[in-house]
Amino acid sequence: MNKKTLALAQVAAISVFMLGAPSAHAYRVFVSNEKENTISVIDSEKLEVIHTIKTGNRPRGIIMANEGKWVIVCASDDNTMQVFDAKTYEYVKDLPSGPDPELPILHTSGNPLYVSNEDDNLVTVVDIFKGTVLLDVPVGVEPEGMGISPDGKVLVNTSETTNMAHFIDTSTLKTTENVLVDNRPRVAQFTPDGKQVWVSAEIGGSVSIIDVATHKVSNKIKFEIAGITADAIQPMGVRITKDGKKAFVALGPANRVAVIDTATQKVEKYLLVGQRVWNLGFTPDEKLLFTTNGTSNDVSVIDVENLKVVKSIKVGRYPWGVVSAPF
Amino acid sequence: MAYHAGQVVRLARAFRVLVRAGLWSALFALLAAGAALPKAMGEETEPAAAEAPAAVADNAVPAADVQRIPILLAREIREDRLPPLSLLDIPPPDDGVAGAKLAIADNNTTGKFLNQEFSLDIVQSAKADELVAEVKRRVDEGLAFIVVDAAAPTILAIADAIKDREAVVFNASAPDENLREEDCRVNVKHTAPSRYMLTDALAQYLAWKQWRRWFLVVGPAPEDTAFADALKRAASRFGHKIVEERAFAYDPGSRRSDGGFEQIQQQIPGFTQKVPDYQVAVVSDEGDLFGDYFPYRTWDARPVVGTAGLYATSWHPAVELWGGTQFQNRFKRLAGRNMRPLDYNVWMAVRSVGEAATRKKTNDPKELIPYLQSPEFELAAFKGQKLTYRSWNGQLRQPILLVTAKIHVTLSPQPGFLHQFTELDTLGVDKPETKCKAFPK
Repeated sequence: MNKKTLALAQVAAISVFMLGAPSAHAYRVFVSNEKENTISVIDSEKLEVIHTIKTGNRPRGIIMANEGKWVIVCASDDNTMQVFDAKTYEYVKDLPSGPDPELPILHTSGNPLYVSNEDDNLVTVVDIFKGTVLLDVPVGVEPEGMGISPDGKVLVNTSETTNMAHFIDTSTLKTTENVLVDNRPRVAQFTPDGKQVWVSAEIGGSVSIIDVATHKVSNKIKFEIAGITADAIQPMGVRITKDGKKAFVALGPANRVAVIDTATQKVEKYLLVGQRVWNLGFTPDEKLLFTTNGTSNDVSVIDVENLKVVKSIKVGRYPWGVVSAPF
Repeated sequence: MAYHAGQVVRLARAFRVLVRAGLWSALFALLAAGAALPKAMGEETEPAAAEAPAAVADNAVPAADVQRIPILLAREIREDRLPPLSLLDIPPPDDGVAGAKLAIADNNTTGKFLNQEFSLDIVQSAKADELVAEVKRRVDEGLAFIVVDAAAPTILAIADAIKDREAVVFNASAPDENLREEDCRVNVKHTAPSRYMLTDALAQYLAWKQWRRWFLVVGPAPEDTAFADALKRAASRFGHKIVEERAFAYDPGSRRSDGGFEQIQQQIPGFTQKVPDYQVAVVSDEGDLFGDYFPYRTWDARPVVGTAGLYATSWHPAVELWGGTQFQNRFKRLAGRNMRPLDYNVWMAVRSVGEAATRKKTNDPKELIPYLQSPEFELAAFKGQKLTYRSWNGQLRQPILLVTAKIHVTLSPQPGFLHQFTELDTLGVDKPETKCKAFPK
């Protein structure tokens, strides 16, 4: 190694050190690969894939459960959900769902789990410990996005073809409101104060902000990127920081993540990531945001504080969902 | 409403049966009245079966002041059509109808949350004038939304018969350019792609492949000439060269006889001999009378495209892109067969009405029809982007699939064919070129 490359290597090492947190804050990042039937496990400090878990067919929605001990993934084409041990990566058990489960979400108390079944116009409520179905809640055509209010009282499900956000009371499991949003709604995300739900609409090209108290759409955020036609701007994944100040929205084939100031509800910045960026996931300390890039088979890593894309990591084919947990 | 456990499970089963059957109105009645299951449910009213899943929560909206939106599907039975070459391509009797039923079910799933109820009526006839008269009669009675599966002259006749009424016709079948151009009507929308859209989609892909030297084979039917004309326009638009054009004279004879391939195996190589150097054989045979004889039989080893081999279409039963899997599954559960392009075109028409009614929250055609044409209208139809109606001729903009019999190969517009407004307008006649004058500028 000559001097120059050594110097470069040192710079690289320093920058990695600065960006990666100390080992106490290293996380495992789990990425479901829809067309490869695997989960890639990434070390958030090394920023490399450290393990690959074999899953059932067409793994999509992925969450942590059982106090971070479990990874639950929807094996959509097997019409089931699978539980893996988050530390040993061993298969634990299957959980029941309806046909074509897509996106699970846990109640804030950790149980039950609510899962949208894309092929059956139902949201299924599942006890994750007993492995039983508690109830099916009828919603619109192609249920998709799932959001839960911080107090656990309200579940929001979006239906892709009915174009609505369905508000479900988690105590009665009845829909209380059905709010029309733009075409093909995907992800529903509550703000940390529980006052708003942000719903992305893939075909509509917008994010609707629904006021939870009135069930009215208070604002619609649209996106404009020079050199990219409106058709290619397809909002999908939405994540909001715990302090409620910044929202990140994945824009699909526009290959960008929009950074939105939640106070002004204006786009601050567009970050260039991989192709057809789909879902987003923070590390628990919110220092890093991972994006799944469907057609470039990688994840982009965003430094949240500096709003910079710091790395892309090759994962499996058609990465879909992402979630992380401490080692 | 309160049910004991057995009732709830039976209700869940009834719910599924009704959903499958598209019987939403029955479902409303059932849920709203809180009634026991009707006897008509037959065996489905048997005690709960083991496979019945958990109960379904009751989310029905009270059936007060329902906005009813009837939609008519008018079908012209065309008896002059010859059967297709392949047994696989014989149209099912409910071609298009099943697409309408699925769209009605989809509309009603949304409608039940908004107190809107969509219904389908079907009229069909082999006599165009009877069909026109029946549609007119119903429009006179207040019907506003008509989806038509018919030949181009019949579509025009229907449009003209109801031209002063508050009604709109959706052309789900005819690809004829004149319907969108010199013979366009302000009360007609087209969910079927035009021939120019189909041939532009093909020509873009062949340009991307750099298969620029074409050998054009044209059948004897007038539609074959029309499709060939569209191919020639696309060739000059996208820089292709037609090195030779040959007319394929064809006498169908008996199409379901035992044997016959022996002669075809002799005939096609002979017909395709001594063509100047070409890269791709482009066949124009809309009636599917001979085109499928060409792949693997040409004198030179060349791919076949056009109406056989690789062809352009609005839909294909193997498409799984953009949520297509669930859409295909829903259709198959309802119809017991694969979704065909006509089903898809009809689905888009019926869903357009549903989408407009959802957004405008009304069943008033005076509001809905102008909204369909407005820039605010957008339809999600499993093509990865929103679809809109062209303001200058009512044609639905849409990506076009290029497919083989089994699977899609690509989707046009191809990357790199740019447009100042939307790349979808690189397919078909664009605003500056249109001859249509019926629409307000």
